[in-house]
Amino acid sequence: MDFAFLLECFERLLPGIPMTLKLAGFSLLIGLVLAVLLAMARLSGIVVLEWFSRAYVFVFRGTPLLVQLFLIYYGLGQFPAIRQTFLWPFLREPYWCTLLALSLNTAAYGAEIVRGGLLSVAAGQVEAARACGMSGWLLYRRIVFPQALRQALPAYGSEIILMVKATSLASVVTLLELTGIAHKLISESFRAIEVFIVAGAIYLAINFVITRAVAWGERRLSPDRPADPLPSLPAA
Amino acid sequence: MKEAIRVKNLTKRFGALDVLRGIDLAAHEGEAIAILGSSGSGKSTMLRCINLLEIPTGGDVIVAGEQIAFKEKGGARLPADRRQVDRIRSELGMVFQSFNLWSHMTVLQNVMEAPVHVLKRPAAEVKEEAMGLLAKVGIADKAGHYPSHLSGGQQQRAAIARALAMRPKAMLFDEPTSALDPELVGEVLRVIRGLAEEGRTMLIVTHEMNFARDVASRIVFLDKGVIDAQGTPAEMFNGGGSERFRQFTAKQNA
Repeated sequence: MDFAFLLECFERLLPGIPMTLKLAGFSLLIGLVLAVLLAMARLSGIVVLEWFSRAYVFVFRGTPLLVQLFLIYYGLGQFPAIRQTFLWPFLREPYWCTLLALSLNTAAYGAEIVRGGLLSVAAGQVEAARACGMSGWLLYRRIVFPQALRQALPAYGSEIILMVKATSLASVVTLLELTGIAHKLISESFRAIEVFIVAGAIYLAINFVITRAVAWGERRLSPDRPADPLPSLPAA
Repeated sequence: MKEAIRVKNLTKRFGALDVLRGIDLAAHEGEAIAILGSSGSGKSTMLRCINLLEIPTGGDVIVAGEQIAFKEKGGARLPADRRQVDRIRSELGMVFQSFNLWSHMTVLQNVMEAPVHVLKRPAAEVKEEAMGLLAKVGIADKAGHYPSHLSGGQQQRAAIARALAMRPKAMLFDEPTSALDPELVGEVLRVIRGLAEEGRTMLIVTHEMNFARDVASRIVFLDKGVIDAQGTPAEMFNGGGSERFRQFTAKQNA
């Protein structure tokens, strides 16, 4: 193993980290807002909203992210109507296309996670709040969301990690994030193994930090839960 | 004496099932009314109609002189004004069979939550009052604990403190001891008895016959969705009441 080369790879890959984090961070932020809206639409009891939400999740969860990215990056520009709108300066940039694809995609998965969290809130908890005179936004903010979040966070933690990895697809539309730079290094050096080992290690390091942060968040949100609530299985 | 709660010709139907078939009842200030009846008689439903956790199919609910307004929408009857419902609910303290303490908050936070966020009272003042209420129900030492770390009896006493913190005009108890282990029933009943002795207006749905006899100022017996008999405990338990009521008590004591 050529450690000097590994180190060089590491140094050349470092500038890709901000782009990777930016894509993951912003798409998760936008996606989460959409996910909450989609989940609430799905549970609203209003037929039109419910079906919109179902259809959205079906389409964006049922097609590959790469296909969605291609459709947005290569597809939207085909429509003259879109090229004439104020959106065109954004939609012709690979960065904004990727951010859009990632956001729309994570919104679909996030909606299902948020929906699961909302459904897990016991009816009695909501009833107790109503009986005290809470309703609407106050009820959601103080009782429903905090409890739904506790349930949803473990699953959402996985979604965060999936999104960090999904940013690597941005390389196919020419963005120079971690994987994009890695490709460039390989085409210069023809040493795929070393480059990808270093790139993989960087992803792993990022996700290690995220895993710890999510675990910390879980403990913060559920201080009443024991660290190890399930009894161990009896020995066979 | 003034009426704290009055229901007029209250009816409630679930699908084809008539659960309440015309209830007329007035609770005067300071009265502790025990509502008895076999399961399915509609006693919990009646209580839940008073604070609109169930929407009555027909009839009126009047709390402290204020009548709850309804409107018709698509053949369904709905409260006309959500803010009125919220306000009336905040004037009634509800205690549930399964406690329903908010699991993500400590006991103290549970008690402070609604006074601070619904009534918008200053937190410092509410905290002092909340600690006083927790001391009153005997769990001041549990203020910082989460509900899941408390026994059922402690949780129910915390729930009573939570309801009292709203300074309610009347308390509604929906089978407050039915979910408790037998040895924990006493500690909760003692707290409720104390409230009755303070002269609080209360409606108590219960299966605890002896408790009802000792504590209630009036017994109301529901059968098949109507008030079958009512009277003071002395009247009801000394050969009064109805034929159904005597059968009911005989079965309970058997």
